[in-house]
Amino acid sequence: MNTFFQQLVNGLTIGGIYALIALGYTMVYGVMKLINFAHGDLVALAAYIGLTIFMKVGTSSSGLSILLIVLIGTIMIIVFAGMMLELIAYRPLRNAGAPRLSAVVSALGASMVLENGMMLLWGPNLKIFPSNILPSSTWSIGGVIISSAQFFIIVSSLVFMLLLHLFINKTKLGTAIRAAAIDQEAAQLMGINVNRVIVTIFVLGSGLAAIGGIFVGIYYREVYFNMGWLYGLNAFVAAIVGGIGNIPGAMLGGILLGVFNAFISGYVSSSWSEAFTFILLIGILIFRPTGILGERVAEKV
Amino acid sequence: MDNDRLLIVEDVEVSYGNIQAVKGISFDVRKGEIVAILGANGAGKTTTLRAISGLHKIEKGSIRYKSFEITSVPAYKIVSIGISHAPEGRRIFGTLNVRENILLGAYTMQSIDDERLHWVYSLFPRLQERQNQLAGTLSGGEQQMLAIARALMSKPEMLLLDEPSLGLAPILVKTIFNVIKEINNAGVSVLLVEQNARLALQLADRAYVLEVGKIAISGSTKDLLSSTKVQEAYLGKKSNR
Ligand SMILES: Nc1ncnc2c1ncn2[C@@H]1O[C@H](COP(=O)(O)OP(=O)(O)OP(=O)(O)O)[C@@H](O)[C@H]1O
Ligand SMILES: [Mg+2]
Repeated sequence: MNTFFQQLVNGLTIGGIYALIALGYTMVYGVMKLINFAHGDLVALAAYIGLTIFMKVGTSSSGLSILLIVLIGTIMIIVFAGMMLELIAYRPLRNAGAPRLSAVVSALGASMVLENGMMLLWGPNLKIFPSNILPSSTWSIGGVIISSAQFFIIVSSLVFMLLLHLFINKTKLGTAIRAAAIDQEAAQLMGINVNRVIVTIFVLGSGLAAIGGIFVGIYYREVYFNMGWLYGLNAFVAAIVGGIGNIPGAMLGGILLGVFNAFISGYVSSSWSEAFTFILLIGILIFRPTGILGERVAEKV
Repeated sequence: MDNDRLLIVEDVEVSYGNIQAVKGISFDVRKGEIVAILGANGAGKTTTLRAISGLHKIEKGSIRYKSFEITSVPAYKIVSIGISHAPEGRRIFGTLNVRENILLGAYTMQSIDDERLHWVYSLFPRLQERQNQLAGTLSGGEQQMLAIARALMSKPEMLLLDEPSLGLAPILVKTIFNVIKEINNAGVSVLLVEQNARLALQLADRAYVLEVGKIAISGSTKDLLSSTKVQEAYLGKKSNR
């Protein structure tokens, strides 16, 4: 029973991170019908940037204010990078009316540029993320051990998801995003500037990726230039499991996949967890291709 | 008088790839008018409306609204100029609820005008009852009402309607056409694309008949209703020559 709750806590931690990253994939897909393959690399970049900022400001002291500086600084830089990605890699193709495949190739190209850029800047070797960015206390509740990092990651992932949910569902710009995801032309007829919507989703997605990247650093404590693929792929699978294009689906898919991975690691073996992830993916694609929450209300024409 | 003319379309040509769908048409809509564009399937009616609202780039010609050249204005700016488009196939946002759809119609407004909202709901009381229902679950007729309601929220001076009667039961078509008349009486000029020529000719002041991308016949609806050619081709009447 202890293993169960312990793996649940571990799974919620990883799941929260997956969910934050998955939201970026799903929002971009929702509006642009494009898989932004460079999204995972923004996660890796965020971990490097976070590490770099921490090395500058926080080596001697730690505490909440340092953590906030690291988070806010990283978010700002990654959001800027995400906007540049959209402006350089995607918008020109859209304006030229290029076919969808071109955008996919551009996404892959952007991913390679980012990975090689990170390798040039920070080198090919693994870097260790500092452990003192959060207090290293742990709690034991009935034999289940929760570290302060886990607690922090679980709670703040949920908070950021809630904030995104409120933004998407309760604000005018959020409604415009949902409208553009359903029908870009009709959205334009409402006066919605679709380019502005797209920039907004890149800002939101990159901001969440930045937070995800810092959390990856805090939790796994390793940073390497091509780790974006690993986390990106898992988050992408999570987005598909939840129903790609569906925002609550990405949240649910992320958390479910994290918990699923943790249980496989706990009860089978951690070396099998990736294999099982793909078995899950294939199962979902066979039995529920639209994902768990991906079913749309039929539109009568 | 030129400043009576709200919309002026001049020698407009539109193509899809190599296929020219609209082959140089000119027409205008004056303030307060209902103008109908009639024609068979594929005549280029929808393409014409899409060109006006900027959804499709035109190859040649010019489109002016009031004194603005709107030929290359991007689609999302058209509505704030005063032209609202209820497109073919309704294109409502199916996974948003009715109220969200209606409020999106006022996206360019600083705030929602309650008076306008009341007016729109008074035109379509059924929508008010169904405010919280997902738009995709509305009946076809209700979806058409929603498309028109949504288009009115930006307080347009000119309304483009693309086949509002398509697929509706005759009784509902009557209702929708009465509402169009009411909207027009409130001062909104209407450019109405229709295949239901008889009803459109009864409602509109003037009409243009499109045939494969060209204007074949035009004139006041009174004249068109009595023209043998129109009767034979579009109103299904046999002449007794
Ligand atoms: N996206 C497109 N790609 C290629 N050709 C198109 C496209 N849209 C329309 N066309 C062609 O342009 C011509 C005019 O089409 P349009 O939709 O304007 O006709 P319409 O008069 O609205 O017909 P309907 O009454 O059936 O709606 C048709 O020949 C059509 O096949
Ligand atoms: Mg049409």
